[in-house]
Amino acid sequence: MVTGSTVRAKHAGKDILAGFKNIFGGELKAYTELMQEAREEATQRMIAQAEAIGATAVINVRFATSSITTGAAELFVYGTAVILKEVNVGA
Amino acid sequence: MNHIIDNLELIIFLILMSVGYTFGRYNEKRHFKSILEREQTLRTLLMFSERRPPPQNGPVDCALVAGSCVVAFDYFKNFVAGLRNLFGGRLSGYELLLERARREAILRMKQEAADLGATMIINVKIETSSISGEKKKAIGAVEVMAYGTALTPRTS
Repeated sequence: MVTGSTVRAKHAGKDILAGFKNIFGGELKAYTELMQEAREEATQRMIAQAEAIGATAVINVRFATSSITTGAAELFVYGTAVILKEVNVGA
Repeated sequence: MNHIIDNLELIIFLILMSVGYTFGRYNEKRHFKSILEREQTLRTLLMFSERRPPPQNGPVDCALVAGSCVVAFDYFKNFVAGLRNLFGGRLSGYELLLERARREAILRMKQEAADLGATMIINVKIETSSISGEKKKAIGAVEVMAYGTALTPRTS
């Protein structure tokens, strides 16, 4: 099993803007972006770990998110690293 | 004049309520309209929670695709939900908000898969988490993430 995780936070200005958004409702673009960046970084870390042990693929990948404090979030991704081998079906 | 200052808190509250109500309603309507439009265009992309591809499926290329969306509660919904909490029952405002976030996240995932030329997404999982923290003045928001395996038919 290989894992990757990252904890990220946006700067205070974005947090204040998000607070205003709480009056109007709607999508928080800054946070969506933040989560996307975090997801990419965590996935990259997982891939790096899989490569380090010589795996060629990671299967059954799962994501988990948790909030630590306001404005910071942890993104955790894990999966099973495998080495793919060529198999002759029916031979 | 004194009268106004005495009631300042109430006035601010009423302004926030009405602003939240109007903008919240407007945003929601516009968002649902765009969701419906995009759902129509991405209808041909199949999506399953099944872990394995259909057996008759030919050789495919796999890729991890994901989409996420963070939405905030508006002031009006927050207040109504707070009231509702006293009596119990359905919090329809929050239900709608979560539905919006979920459908948006799924659409973003589908869009990513469509950009790869995929015809199918299998093993789709949807995850919801709140980013409000423990503090009382914290931002009330939920994040929804959808992810799955996009299958692209191999051409060679």
